[in-house]
Amino acid sequence: MSDKIILEVKNLKKYFVMKKDLLGRPKKVLKAVDDISFTLKEGETIGIVGESGCGKTTMGRSVLRLNDITGGEVVFNGETVADIPARKLRKLRTEMQIIFQDPYSSLPPRMSVGQIIGEAVKVHKIVPIEELRAYVLDIMGKCGLQPHYYDRFPHEFSGGQRQRICIARALAVRPKLVVCDEPVSALDVSIQANIINLLEDLRDEMKLSYIFISHDLSVIYHVSDKIGVMYLGNLVELASKDDLFDNPLSPYTRTLFSAVPAPDPRKKMSRIILTGDIPSPANPPHGCKFHNRCPECMQICKMIRPEFYEAAPNHFVACHCYYRHYELHPYEPVSVPPSTLYVKSRKQG
Amino acid sequence: MKEKLQNAAAFIRKRAIRFGKAVKKFFTDIFGSDSGYISRKTEKEISDYNRKEIKRLEKEKRRKLSPEDYRTEMQNPDNIAEFDDLKTYFYTDRGTVKAVDGVSFSIPKGVTVGIVGESGCGKSVTAMSLMRLIQGPLGQITGGEIRFAGRDGYTYDMVKIPTKDLYRIRGKEIAMIFQEPMTSLNPVFTIGNQIDEVLITHLDMNKHEARKRSIELLTQVGIPMPEQICDRYPHELSGGMRQRVMITIALACQPRLIIADEPTTALDVTIQAQILDLLRRIKTQFDGSIMLITHDLGVIAEMAEFVVLMYAGKIIETGTVDEIFYNPLHPYTIGLQRSKPVIDSGKERLYSIPGNVPNPINMPPYCYFYDRCRFRTPECKKGYPPFVQLTETHGTACWLHQRSADADYENAGTFTTDAATTDTVNTNTANMPNGGENF
Ligand SMILES: Nc1ncnc2c1ncn2[C@@H]1O[C@H](COP(=O)(O)OP(=O)(O)OP(=O)(O)O)[C@@H](O)[C@H]1O
Ligand code: SF4
Ligand code: SF4
Ligand SMILES: [Mg+2]
Repeated sequence: MSDKIILEVKNLKKYFVMKKDLLGRPKKVLKAVDDISFTLKEGETIGIVGESGCGKTTMGRSVLRLNDITGGEVVFNGETVADIPARKLRKLRTEMQIIFQDPYSSLPPRMSVGQIIGEAVKVHKIVPIEELRAYVLDIMGKCGLQPHYYDRFPHEFSGGQRQRICIARALAVRPKLVVCDEPVSALDVSIQANIINLLEDLRDEMKLSYIFISHDLSVIYHVSDKIGVMYLGNLVELASKDDLFDNPLSPYTRTLFSAVPAPDPRKKMSRIILTGDIPSPANPPHGCKFHNRCPECMQICKMIRPEFYEAAPNHFVACHCYYRHYELHPYEPVSVPPSTLYVKSRKQG
Repeated sequence: MKEKLQNAAAFIRKRAIRFGKAVKKFFTDIFGSDSGYISRKTEKEISDYNRKEIKRLEKEKRRKLSPEDYRTEMQNPDNIAEFDDLKTYFYTDRGTVKAVDGVSFSIPKGVTVGIVGESGCGKSVTAMSLMRLIQGPLGQITGGEIRFAGRDGYTYDMVKIPTKDLYRIRGKEIAMIFQEPMTSLNPVFTIGNQIDEVLITHLDMNKHEARKRSIELLTQVGIPMPEQICDRYPHELSGGMRQRVMITIALACQPRLIIADEPTTALDVTIQAQILDLLRRIKTQFDGSIMLITHDLGVIAEMAEFVVLMYAGKIIETGTVDEIFYNPLHPYTIGLQRSKPVIDSGKERLYSIPGNVPNPINMPPYCYFYDRCRFRTPECKKGYPPFVQLTETHGTACWLHQRSADADYENAGTFTTDAATTDTVNTNTANMPNGGENF
């Protein structure tokens, strides 16, 4: 890992309009990604973990500019992605790649493995055309695909092998950043380890940076250098792997850790069991979005959304429990309509 | 002249071979790999065979049985259910899928038995066979016995049990919870109606009693405001809530056995923790057994007392949860445990099992794990390994342990299982013939 920062995400927002009023103005918005910031160094892996519907995939797609964003900024390799003109976007597309969860639907059925992997290489003229075949075979070798698969078709392969083809396709254009969106979730347990090892080897060999998205905390723990925990569109905690696991600050992170069943029958954990369901992202609770399930909820949590701030060096958290830090970070009230404040406090009283 | 003829013959032969190859390539291109393509002739053979077999089995099923035929005796009165050499096959167009092929294990009273294995290994089919929910005519139980100790004191063979008795047991004495509750809840009835319905049909309650009991049950499984939930439709609830409703329905008749097939796989971890906690809690309440099917070793470690490991339709290892996790015998069990990333384990490379689960139609005549096994010896090809029982609870189907069991028999008392297996696993797959690549 070098010290060069390859990706900087600043206050990224992506809202989806659910309903429009008569004049076409948004009446109801779903804040799929709501103010997310992090940086990523060359050769580093950031793991993004969170439960279903928390906006992991939208975040990944927004970073790659696969959908337009509502606010914020993505700086890739020193350039603001939104400012890059369309003609240069193609180059950017090769430098940022994505690997999807489902290796079954993400490969075109009528193209041979060689064509699938070589297509983008040809389009973007990564290598001279006469070297194409040798180049593709080389990439296939790196991804553990045998040369004679070159002329075969995707349906002849098992899930694990297809995921290898997807990986080879993504890496053939020499990207710098790869978003891995649940790359092993659809695979059998005994195949998962294979793919994880492959991704790790390739990262070290090709100096790749990964945004590794998963709902499986143990997979995230294994691959990541730093980890961001998401809940309903927000990052609630961001820290290096060791900081996060040794000293989880957010009550949500702590619950998440304790919820993972350990494959060890003698390890009896004191488990924090949450009450209640994950609220719908279209209708998140006021104040801290986690307050209706949080075991440590305080009065203030119901009224004011906690800021995302550096509670310890390089350890960011969004939680009122670390209140004293507000002295260092002067607090500005967030946009909670006064009426809700009033109603809520009256109800409590 | 003769030479010319010979030349011509050689030329024609060469051409013919090349043509044959081209034809073969053509078919390979269209139908995928060589093994995927089935010729007309084989296809016909398969369908003739299927028709004959299905006809025979269906006829068998229709035979009128007397109670002596379907009532049996438990081998051990402490068990609630015993699977004995169960065989469930699917007669598909591509050949016979032996989804469950000679499975034997038992579920003791008041105990949670975990069934673990990867997708397609026959976990669900085993459970469905007990419930007699195998989709005919393609799916057939072709052999074996499933003994179930009914509440009336008789032991029934669930394979032969007549429909009348089956309906009495299914849903009432054996209840089932599925991975996706939406498929088993009726979308057009309210939650309340569906629970009432079960109580009314199975327990002869009247409407009023049923509703009262429904609300009681919903409270028990931790549903807030049960009166209101009763009037909701399934699609209005979240996945976790629906699973709670399924558990309520399962509990309604106080079953003796609950089959939970991947009950938490579709749920988020925090919700999974809630449901697992609930399952544990209700088990102490209803004092029955749970057959828990899952692919997640973490869930098993937490919930189960006994574990059954399946691979490609067969049981490869059984034991108490401690035996399986601390002294795994079968190379597949060991590999599975080592390949799972674990929090707090430091950053070591994951062990990966090379290869794939073999094609379910053409299983080899030797150990099914052979192609992926680190510990195989030429001896392993001599046949499918018999199941050896090493302790009262712990057993496995692997030639490795067959040998040590034999040795043990000869020089009694010197038997060690773990030394040979667990210590050497963590090296990589480089010494596999294919470098661990081909999966
Ligand atoms: N209706 C059917 N027709 C044909 N084959 C079937 C049918 N149902 C199951 N099978 C086959 O039986 C085998 C075992 O299936 P089963 O559903 O028991 O696996 P499982 O262990 O529960 O897997 P999973 O973890 O994916 O649920 C598989 O090879 C499957 O393809
Ligand atoms: S801000 Fe309050 S409700 Fe939110 S996580 Fe922290 S303690 Fe819990
Ligand atoms: S029988 Fe042989 S090939 Fe099969 S699991 Fe045991 S050691 Fe491996
Ligand atoms: Mg299943």
